[in-house]
Amino acid sequence: MNAPDKGMIKPGYARALDIKHGRVDMSHGGGGRAMVQLITELFAKHLGNEYLAQGNDGTCLPAGQGRLVVSTDSHVVSPLFFPGGDIGSLSVHGTVNDVAVMGATPLYLTAGFILEEGFPLADLARIVESMAAAARAAGVQLVAGDTKVVEQGKGDGVYITTTGIGFLPEGVRLSGDQARPGDVLLVSGSIGDHGMAIMSKRENLSFDAPILSDSAALNGLIQAMLASGAAIRVMRDPTRGGLAATINEIAHQSGVGIHLDEAAIPIAPAVDAACELLGLDPLNIANEGKLIVVCAAEDADRLLAAMRGHPLGREAAAIGRVVADANRFVQMLTRFGGRRMVDWLSGEQLPRIC
Amino acid sequence: MKYVDEFRDGEVAKKLAAAIAAEVEPDRRYNFMEFCGGHTHAISRYGLPDLLPPGVRMIHGPGCPVCVLPIGRIDLTIGLALEQGAIVCTYADTLRIPASGGLSLMRAKARGGDIRMVYAVTDALRIARENPGREVVFFAIGFETTTPPTAVAIKLAEAEGLDNFSVLCCHVLTPSAIMNILESPEVRVLGTVPLDGFIGPAHVSTVIGSRPYEFFAEEYRKPVVIAGFEPLDVMQAILMLVRQVNAGRAVVENEFTRAVTPDGNRKAQDLVSEVFELRRSFEWRGLGEVPYSALRIRARYASFDAERRFGLAYRPVPDNKACECGAILRGLKKPRDCKLFGTVCTPESPMGSCMVSSEGACAAHYTYGRHRGASE
Repeated sequence: MNAPDKGMIKPGYARALDIKHGRVDMSHGGGGRAMVQLITELFAKHLGNEYLAQGNDGTCLPAGQGRLVVSTDSHVVSPLFFPGGDIGSLSVHGTVNDVAVMGATPLYLTAGFILEEGFPLADLARIVESMAAAARAAGVQLVAGDTKVVEQGKGDGVYITTTGIGFLPEGVRLSGDQARPGDVLLVSGSIGDHGMAIMSKRENLSFDAPILSDSAALNGLIQAMLASGAAIRVMRDPTRGGLAATINEIAHQSGVGIHLDEAAIPIAPAVDAACELLGLDPLNIANEGKLIVVCAAEDADRLLAAMRGHPLGREAAAIGRVVADANRFVQMLTRFGGRRMVDWLSGEQLPRIC
Repeated sequence: MKYVDEFRDGEVAKKLAAAIAAEVEPDRRYNFMEFCGGHTHAISRYGLPDLLPPGVRMIHGPGCPVCVLPIGRIDLTIGLALEQGAIVCTYADTLRIPASGGLSLMRAKARGGDIRMVYAVTDALRIARENPGREVVFFAIGFETTTPPTAVAIKLAEAEGLDNFSVLCCHVLTPSAIMNILESPEVRVLGTVPLDGFIGPAHVSTVIGSRPYEFFAEEYRKPVVIAGFEPLDVMQAILMLVRQVNAGRAVVENEFTRAVTPDGNRKAQDLVSEVFELRRSFEWRGLGEVPYSALRIRARYASFDAERRFGLAYRPVPDNKACECGAILRGLKKPRDCKLFGTVCTPESPMGSCMVSSEGACAAHYTYGRHRGASE
């Protein structure tokens, strides 16, 4: 064995990243050793896999079966940690769901991090661990990433942009323009939980039962629904803008009207109360783990049973019907007995919540 | 939801609807004005028109604080933020009211103005404490409901010696506005706005009580029923108004006894009169200059009065010529009668103030009611 070369750089770094007390500084985005260290000791440690390990400018992935589905989403939530989740798990769930509602099987994610100078590494580690856990649970792998650091005051701790890649089997065609008069509208569970979890944390509202975000990966539920054989026409996850925005999108894309029954829409009592207190409409509040589905009327019961058989769809309910309407209006029979429009939100009801 | 669902019960609503339908006289028209935006919102959001017989028409009144703020007042506020560098704090919907030069407070914020939305005036006090080197102005709007908290804030600021805090007072008075409508030529002489009665304010009346409306009932022979903001309150009030009209009576009745007394909240009234005094005149959007219809800060609290502190001079600015907000606020026209409605004027890009707040007649109709009268 040869004596070690005196000129050789000692493998590893002199000092490990101080995750406990350290903070993000400008060097972590500078492209030098500090950045490599952050990537190695934090990101790769939790999120690493054979693809990430390729270590090239791009990642080479095997082609899958069927058509490619891609979706991208930026996450700027405040607070970063909220009851029921955090920006890390949210950034996985949000993008996995966008790919999954196409009917595709999500397999890969990429992630871009914009970190603010001064952000505690301990918090960053919590976020990355949470992302890793969410990705494992959803069965997806992080295959490429990027980190940038902005000066203090120019960011809000952490922003995460994720892109999801999945494969769509031949024969599956879910699209917002497929709803037809007579079809039935289903929702997979109670609405408004995510948005109100964030709002109640921001406004320091407390309830006997705290409101938890519904942030969850829906690909498992969706697989069970597709396997039921029901004729599903449209599938969406009603995130920003809530149920109202998503249903209006479907009405517009399909050129139909939609009639909702307010009494059938599941809403948790605490969410209802918080909305009342803050003067908000639960129909406009964001969800991060719910589905809106339009299916043929004759298949509604079968699909509903499949949804209720999955832990994330236990409270699934039929909430409305598709009708012919050249105005593409979404109307709702109120619990009070009158009828009203359900419109898109004007402006912003909740700033920056997902 | 306890104590709320009881007032939104569809079964009770059906019974009330049946009672109203049974009591209206077939050949008679009943034109009632709900003064408050809170009622306008409830009527639209719960689809009340579907439960009323065709002879009953609801006219949306001017009781939406955002809707009656004239452009000139918003311009003053924008000037404070952009030219004086003050931190401007205000309630949410105010941010979107269109002002001169295509601006609004929200757009002024995007141009660098430090404009912050607050839920309560105490948040503005906190901001003043946290920013001792900067002027913090609370843009105070609203009817008698929001006035007492502003008075409290001014007194707190004085007690604390918070000398960077001031208030741009735009608080207005409900009775003056009702009087202005009743005195308008359309109602009094021309009869173009038939008015058979009022649904009186809910929250405002908790402060001022039910007595101030007695004058309208007696002098103008108009029935008034004070009602809460829940949809069943409104239905009940309509039934009470129908009964008064049928019986030829014109008195003040109180449907909202769970919160409103004849004298109101004396403590709040005293506080308000300690800090504020009547303005000789105030411009309302839609109603124009209305004498003795608003409050200003008394000289004793002059240092907290943003108008005095910054030497602000009010300059009235006419509304867009095609905008019918004025006629709509006075009950002369309906939102659909306005050429701008739903075309260039929408909640996303409001031209007139009635399209801003969800309590405004136009925004409420656009958001909740535009399926009515649309071609099927």
